[in-house]
Amino acid sequence: MEISTKDMKRVSLVAVAGRVDSATAPDFEKALQSLIQANRSQIVLDLSGVEYMSSAGIRGMVSALKASKSGGGDVRLARPSTRVKEVLELAGLLSIFTVYDDLVEAVGSF
Amino acid sequence: MEEQCLTVPGRFESLAQIAEFVSAAVRDAGWDDDELFHVQVAVDEACSNIIEHAYGPQVTGVVKLTCCIQSQGDLVITIHDNGKPFDPATVPEPPIGADLENLPEGGLGLYFMRKLMDEVTFHFDSTNGNVLTMVKRRPK
Repeated sequence: MEISTKDMKRVSLVAVAGRVDSATAPDFEKALQSLIQANRSQIVLDLSGVEYMSSAGIRGMVSALKASKSGGGDVRLARPSTRVKEVLELAGLLSIFTVYDDLVEAVGSF
Repeated sequence: MEEQCLTVPGRFESLAQIAEFVSAAVRDAGWDDDELFHVQVAVDEACSNIIEHAYGPQVTGVVKLTCCIQSQGDLVITIHDNGKPFDPATVPEPPIGADLENLPEGGLGLYFMRKLMDEVTFHFDSTNGNVLTMVKRRPK
């Protein structure tokens, strides 16, 4: 798994690639939580490079969403693959997260 | 298809290798990518639970997987470990569709396994340890 973070004016753009499973989810969650702790709680997660996401990755996203919202922010998802969307739907999370198919639109939504 | 076996250390670092093993076995059976994805998720969640809960950070052991296609075309996967006994009745079903505040921290893995596979059976005995059997019916 690879994570890169770009701090923009109002938004932090976090691009994730590879497998987000139980082996890698702790690093994924840590990256999100450290942004929120630094008061960068408006986050766009670019999921276009994610090949696989397990329930461990989903737990990390939910925990980041809770922390972000309690700091007045939000975690919005951009460009998830059909597979990642399927897992989110199975977990009942498509109504919890705001999902964008376009990255510019996701960033501009804040 | 002959029975295919994989034995790996019970560590999270083995999950990618397990995914490749499952992928090869399902493709050998001629199943499509949708079926493969469902089986991969179920096996990944099952093995993650074993590594995290049956073994945990203090206990080491192996995870042994076997895959075979039965004569009627169903895929049967068994996953064996020698960790702590697992009782699925102790895992509450997650409140799918709950609002953000009430979303669960755990239990999704077992829920995914049951949603994506046709049969999920757990068995424990002191000689053989935990044996999880998951069946996916042949796609129509």
